[in-house]
Amino acid sequence: MRCGVVVFPGSNCDHDVYHILKHVLGQEVTFLWHGEDSLRGSELVVLPGGFSYGDYLRAGAMAALSPIMAAVRRHAEAGGLVLGICNGFQMLLESGLLPGAMRRNRNLLFECRDVFLRVERDDLPFTRGYRKGQVLRMPIAHAEGNYIHHADQLESLEEAGRVVFRYVSPEGEVAAEDAAPNELGELWNVNGSINAIAGICNEEGNIMGMMPHPERCAEEILGNVDGLALFSSAVGALEVTA
Amino acid sequence: MSSEPKVDLEMAKAHGLSDEEYSRICELLGRDPSFTELGITSSLWSEHCSYKSSKIYLEEFPTQGEHVLHGPGENAGVVDIGNGWVAVFKMESHNHPSFIEPYQGAATGVGGILRDVFTMGARPIACMDSLRFGEVSAPRMKHLIAGVVRGIGDYGNCVGIPTVGGETGFHRGYNGNILVNAFALGLARRERIFTSRASGLGNPLLYVGSRTGRDGIHGATMASESFGEDSEAKRPTVQVGDPFTEKTLIEACLNIMRTDAVVAIQDMGAAGLTSTSFEMAGKGDMGIRLDLDKVPLREPGLSAYEIMLSESQERMLILAKQGRQDEVAAVFHRWGLEVAEIGEVTGDGIARIYHHGEEKAAMPIGPLSSNAPIYRRPVAVPKDLAQRQQAPEVPDADDLAGSLKRLLDTPEMGSKSWIWHQYDHSVRTNTMVGPGGDAAVLLLKGTPAGLGLVSDVNPVYCGLDPYTGGAQAVAEAVRNLACVGAEPVGLTDCLNFGNPERPEISWQFRECVRGMSEACRSLEVPVISGNVSFYNETGDQSIPPTPTVAMVGLIPDVANVARSHFVAEGDRVVLLGNTHADFGGSAYLRLLYDIEQGRPPSVELSREVQLAELLRYLTFEGWLHTAHDLSEGGLGIALAESCFTAASKGPTLGVGVEVDMPPTWLFSESQGRAIIAVPPEHLDSVLSEAETMNVPAVEIGGVGGQELVVRCDGSVLRAPVDELHRIWATALPRALDL
Amino acid sequence: MANKKTKGTGPITARITVYPRPEILDPQGKAIASALTRLGFDGVEDVRAGKSFEIQLRAAATQDVEEVVRRMCKDLLVNSVVEDYSVELLDGEAKP
Repeated sequence: MRCGVVVFPGSNCDHDVYHILKHVLGQEVTFLWHGEDSLRGSELVVLPGGFSYGDYLRAGAMAALSPIMAAVRRHAEAGGLVLGICNGFQMLLESGLLPGAMRRNRNLLFECRDVFLRVERDDLPFTRGYRKGQVLRMPIAHAEGNYIHHADQLESLEEAGRVVFRYVSPEGEVAAEDAAPNELGELWNVNGSINAIAGICNEEGNIMGMMPHPERCAEEILGNVDGLALFSSAVGALEVTA
Repeated sequence: MSSEPKVDLEMAKAHGLSDEEYSRICELLGRDPSFTELGITSSLWSEHCSYKSSKIYLEEFPTQGEHVLHGPGENAGVVDIGNGWVAVFKMESHNHPSFIEPYQGAATGVGGILRDVFTMGARPIACMDSLRFGEVSAPRMKHLIAGVVRGIGDYGNCVGIPTVGGETGFHRGYNGNILVNAFALGLARRERIFTSRASGLGNPLLYVGSRTGRDGIHGATMASESFGEDSEAKRPTVQVGDPFTEKTLIEACLNIMRTDAVVAIQDMGAAGLTSTSFEMAGKGDMGIRLDLDKVPLREPGLSAYEIMLSESQERMLILAKQGRQDEVAAVFHRWGLEVAEIGEVTGDGIARIYHHGEEKAAMPIGPLSSNAPIYRRPVAVPKDLAQRQQAPEVPDADDLAGSLKRLLDTPEMGSKSWIWHQYDHSVRTNTMVGPGGDAAVLLLKGTPAGLGLVSDVNPVYCGLDPYTGGAQAVAEAVRNLACVGAEPVGLTDCLNFGNPERPEISWQFRECVRGMSEACRSLEVPVISGNVSFYNETGDQSIPPTPTVAMVGLIPDVANVARSHFVAEGDRVVLLGNTHADFGGSAYLRLLYDIEQGRPPSVELSREVQLAELLRYLTFEGWLHTAHDLSEGGLGIALAESCFTAASKGPTLGVGVEVDMPPTWLFSESQGRAIIAVPPEHLDSVLSEAETMNVPAVEIGGVGGQELVVRCDGSVLRAPVDELHRIWATALPRALDL
Repeated sequence: MANKKTKGTGPITARITVYPRPEILDPQGKAIASALTRLGFDGVEDVRAGKSFEIQLRAAATQDVEEVVRRMCKDLLVNSVVEDYSVELLDGEAKP
């Protein structure tokens, strides 16, 4: 069983994901270079955060056209697991593997802070380690994470239950995209995503994209392990099918 | 050299050279310099590159220590941190560019300091930034603040290096000249450190990275209109950063440095290709031949002068081993970067620079640097110093809670989270304690150890008494590190001052350096790198003397690191150190009464040594939940801050204490103090250890409740933590009209 | 330069304007609109912040340049979920 972490020239969370898979979960992991057109047998493919090719046009737009993404598409269409985190999520949107698009954050600023997420699906390969309704704390670090989709498609996305994580208050209340900040000036839905969407999956549930960074909260010493179950679920799912 | 303008004294002066410096270069060359040679000389002998006004004082710094492998003189200093690893770090100013164009100025400041670090073979793992702004109401200030913060963020975030700490201050002394001091730290294996020393006759010089444009060509490019048809294009242009190229440069450089194909490597920073090539050759006592026609250009038509002085960003010069060029090129091409062979190392000690078939410069490298001017500028105590040092009237704080709230409500004392939320501080997953604490704590993965990082300076103290202010900056950094259990291994500095040709400024500089040096010796912290930034003034208004100190410490075991905020109800709170009436230069007088007067609190170095040792010992034993140093705003502010950081992440935790001192002293800034919170079962051990180590320690109360309550001499300060937190958390965004 | 051109050899400048689709909230435009109002410019009802590209190209005689440019937009320059665009073709090289 192999995990592959795709490396674009501007990836900067590649080593963090590698570290969790390899050193925390003891998995066999390999880096996959953006110019390659093979996943070299990887069963779980992670598109990590970063700035792929500088993201000067739109986040993830150029990465979506890279040779490795053709291989990722084939893998996904064959039912293989694909996880896009942050910039990786943006690539999945730009490549059409997941629906919707990202705009600049509501306050137009890059935001690096902990957010609260509610788990909406606990039956996916990535989320079996959580339970529905559970509230997680996870860091975000992005300037373009303001998810949007057309009203009708959004509705079908919701109806199909393809929203995996939503931005919520610490108590688990969904945070509307236009909610006013609290008295400390904080927004629970920092980027202003429609329906507070933080992560979605495809129909089959083998492709998932999310803006928050589970790999940054998967070790006890960092004071938060809410992200660990995501990786251990995915790894567990591979072992079941293997 | 016929196509270039004729050089004379007037032109040399317009380049910033003095009469004496001009005759010195003529004498050295045995002729008048060519135009390109004049440009090169004026850059190499500029204050920025030559340290001509500061050198004699900088020699006072202790630069040796048990951990030091490379002190000042390299791109960055190197200290041993054990297990075969070294930490490489430096801080540098980008003040002037940031005032002109805050976004690009700050961004390129970050880019430059990162290059200084990875040039040494180290992978950058953390940044910090020390920022000084004017009053938020000053003209352009909100624009400058927003631009600088966004510039730092966009650059660091893109290259994927976390910004884990730093500091931000506001003072009207910076209304016309803000400060942006950027720090970077990298890690390398001890045996894989690279230097910029050239060797090997005939080894090829490879240019890698971005193309060369007219960016930032020596501001003093003076009477430019007189020597070109196209004078518009000759104006110095703002340097623009490209963090994506930087990211690929980091990867490609670290990649090639793992092979043995490279002899030396140097980034092109201030004075561009000039200082890079001259330094490289100079350090190895070699010569160089450069063929400027081979330099990749962004636009056609650059002259030799422009190519040599361009400060276009994200460029490096690599000295490869002969015959290994293709190997080097392959690595850079893989990362999408351009490589050009632009010259070679020669044996005659002369820099020969060719362009369009002509020799544009032929200069002896060694003599050019050994003959660089060094000045002992006249010094004079500022005329108004005695008056400014007179003991101030200290108004009593009748309304303690009101005074505390008013202090918390200033940008100076309020939370800086609006700033650091714009910086990615958690990428690379080493950030155990990020911005907002006493010091940042970074994990060293695979070991139990960690690094503490901090930057400090109090410019108000430095303005009132530069000697004490210099010492205080070092002492506070040591104290902050001790609060996370870190023992200092070295410091880097950014010495920001006004015009050294003014005797009062040179005096300030001398005194600050003297104070820092003495504190460094007492506290055993070597200075391993640094930078001097003079001429920070507008009109005749100079900035307050600002010797920013950034210090790095080693934490043997991060498992026991205390937090800077309260974490557990029932913990006992202990005040360490003695409190006196220290109000000279205090936040209390400055922010509440607009009084900036008196002598700053004295720094008793032996007490600082004892306090730091105690804090490190208590941390090592695992007896501390909380440790927070007392600085600006004194005990009142420290207690309030200790209640805060927890508030947004969990239930509110208050504190109740009783102290034996006049109420106003809650805001005294006596040095050598800290508060700690200790689980009750360890209290006795902590107090007896403090006694053994000769540190005054008084149990003053306990953690709990929803309020901050301080009783002193019959007065009571009582305020709900949530209210204080709200004021503190929103002070800066409110001041910025956000 | 300046005449609209869709076919032929010689240098052509394609000027592409990309703007947020009208039904999509544009946070940048919104922020600029309120800043303009704050500065005292009355009557600012809406701002859409977009971007523009100028592409200098030399097309073969047989090519439908507009079609090529539209394909560029579709494949890379524009994200049709949130953006719309217009194309203008000009003879010669555009002067800044």
